[in-house]
Amino acid sequence: MLWVDKHRPTTLAKMDYHEDLTARLEALSEDGEVPHLLFYGPPGAGKKTRIMALLRQVFGAGVEKTRLEHKTFKTPTKRTIELTILASAFHQEINAAEAGSGDRFVVQEVIKEIAQSYNPAAAMGQAGGRAYKVVILTEVDRLSRQAQAALRRTMEKYTAACRLILCCNSASRVIEPVRSRCLGIRVAAPSHESICAILNKVSKKESCGVLPEALAMRIAQTSGRNLRRALLMLEACRVQQHPFTAEQEVKVPDWEEYIAKLAVLLTEEQSPQRLVLARDMLYELLTNCIPSDVILKTLLRELLPKLDDQLKHEVVHWAAFYEHRVRVGSKEIFHLEAFVAKFMALYKAFVINTFGF
Amino acid sequence: MFGTGSGQGGKDVAVAKAQQTKVQPWVEKYRPQGVDDISYQDEVVKTLKNAIQTGTLPHLLFYGPPGTGKTSTILAVARSLFGPEYRSRILELNASDERGIKVVREKVKQFAQFTVTGLEKTAGYPCPPFKIIILDEADTMTTEAQAALRRTMETYSKITRFCLVCNYVTRIIEPLASRCAKFRFRPLSREVMEARLRAIGTAEGASVTQEMMNAILTVADGDMRKAVTTLQSAHQFYGGSSSITPDAVREMSGGVPDGLVQSLWEAISTQSFDNLKAQCDEVEMAGYPTMAVLHRLFDLVVAEEGVEDAKKAVVMAGLARAEKLIIDGASESLQLLDICALMMRTFLGKNRSAGSGVCVSTPMVL
Ligand SMILES: Nc1ncnc2c1ncn2[C@@H]1O[C@H](COP(=O)(O)OP(=O)(O)OP(=O)(O)O)[C@@H](O)[C@H]1O
Ligand SMILES: [Mg+2]
Repeated sequence: MLWVDKHRPTTLAKMDYHEDLTARLEALSEDGEVPHLLFYGPPGAGKKTRIMALLRQVFGAGVEKTRLEHKTFKTPTKRTIELTILASAFHQEINAAEAGSGDRFVVQEVIKEIAQSYNPAAAMGQAGGRAYKVVILTEVDRLSRQAQAALRRTMEKYTAACRLILCCNSASRVIEPVRSRCLGIRVAAPSHESICAILNKVSKKESCGVLPEALAMRIAQTSGRNLRRALLMLEACRVQQHPFTAEQEVKVPDWEEYIAKLAVLLTEEQSPQRLVLARDMLYELLTNCIPSDVILKTLLRELLPKLDDQLKHEVVHWAAFYEHRVRVGSKEIFHLEAFVAKFMALYKAFVINTFGF
Repeated sequence: MFGTGSGQGGKDVAVAKAQQTKVQPWVEKYRPQGVDDISYQDEVVKTLKNAIQTGTLPHLLFYGPPGTGKTSTILAVARSLFGPEYRSRILELNASDERGIKVVREKVKQFAQFTVTGLEKTAGYPCPPFKIIILDEADTMTTEAQAALRRTMETYSKITRFCLVCNYVTRIIEPLASRCAKFRFRPLSREVMEARLRAIGTAEGASVTQEMMNAILTVADGDMRKAVTTLQSAHQFYGGSSSITPDAVREMSGGVPDGLVQSLWEAISTQSFDNLKAQCDEVEMAGYPTMAVLHRLFDLVVAEEGVEDAKKAVVMAGLARAEKLIIDGASESLQLLDICALMMRTFLGKNRSAGSGVCVSTPMVL
């Protein structure tokens, strides 16, 4: 089992960092009654961990006895939708965004079905049973507006038998009528210090000896305050070199290194040849399933430190511009390449202007 | 042995009962039951009460922002017309139901076919001889489905009344809208909301400080549902402690604290791009919804004195663009950084390099 999963705290009492949030979740679960909730925050901040710990507080250890169900549905338009549902006796976890354009159907049928078919009397016969069941909907921010709209009355009509816990990165992408039906719970990314403390704790539990402070901090920084990534990196470090040393390398994924290389190539030389080279590299990234917005953001992150303040303004602007193009367009490579070309033009013009050659 | 067993069971039932009574969220528990319980929508209520007394009801179109009482009103009307057994007289179709053209036609047909004359009347209620079909959240229906509805409405007009409910009246096609009596629901005033919240607070034993009340009223902004949800959340989440701050109230409803916008503003004034970037990263890491940040920046810019209007206009256009692009699905962090950089350039007169040939602040054709 990976360390990330092995050392995931399962109760609110064992939860690290954001102590105030933990205390409030404890207060919330006190009378066994939770309203609809909307958890939002950056990736790897610990939203799911907190949701599960909250459920455990409310329903008891039974929520951990989960099974995976694969279900297929037929939409009225004869499309087949496949869905994986993680279910315990008390809750179900669904990623409706998996259904793609069929997401509205999933919300309309599947969730309503769960809400309608719930038998509180039977459930309350079991230990930990409540008058309501919980449906966790992950990645709600990726649901279409129609699918989100379909949640509105469902959340009101079946509220006695079914509570929704929505989980997302971006609360901005959840429509207002849904947000106003939930208690919003923000989970911020852990600070570098909190990450270091957790890395230390895990390292101790795994009997890996001392984790040098400098190494822990470097992992925390490289992870971008994403605890999941940080723990994966720590485990990779352990495999690579043990006992730990302060200077040892913190491995980032290959594709990130590849993008860093691209950034160097772009600042070294601005020419049609370089553009052709860059195109090949972008294709390589895309064929390896790196999402284009991630490519663009990572490239920007690598480029910015190499630039003068004035250029930063311009490059950020065009990165934002082309990232939007990537989203609304249909051929990603066009817009990625356009950004690269734009960057080279800006860079070259700046150099000529400043140094006169 | 048996004794303990049954004793255990008895206790469970008692606990279960206690739980069941608590189960309802306050928004549902305090949903207005009769037409008279609807606050603030006086004209709507007056007209509808007339209709109820005479038992004549036109087709209705309710529109207005979320949480202003539209759904509650039509349910209350049905209750006053038909009495406690009103459920058999209404068909509620909302965005959570499949509402393709065929489905709507079929459902309405089935529902309307049972003649109403045979239905029992409840003593003391007008019980007019028609059924009500409520199309809640009608603005999420496709125009085709709406067009198909015209015929259905006419075919069954003798025995049914339609009530369309929506947030955006402009998304209802004209031929449909013109068949209905339109009722606009207004955002509730602060006074009315406060009175209702106080009543709920008293009934639930939740103490509400004036500071907290003001914060709730501000975030709710005329949306009664949001006000009630926030009140309950504050009560449950903070366990009735009086330490709850206005910032905490804002956060529960997806808003951002004052301090955050202030530090962004300060980062913008430092003129250092790296400072700004660090601050924007902080916003992202903290998980605040960028849209809410944009709205607060908007307020800030409007209120800012000593900045020329022309410059404000440039920034406003930028904010509007950023919001649109985010709705399109663009990256929130990039858009936030871009608009903040624009503010830095515009307000602090940071000169663009003349030779770069690209002026960043030129509005782009998208
Ligand atoms: N005018 C009002 N008077 C009293 N309570 C109200 C009023 N409007 C809304 N509420 C409260 O808000 C809750 C939601 O109201 P309702 O469902 O009628 O809103 P709506 O206008 O249909 O909103 P949406 O557009 O989001 O569907 C109600 O349960 C009630 O507690
Ligand atoms: Mg409604």
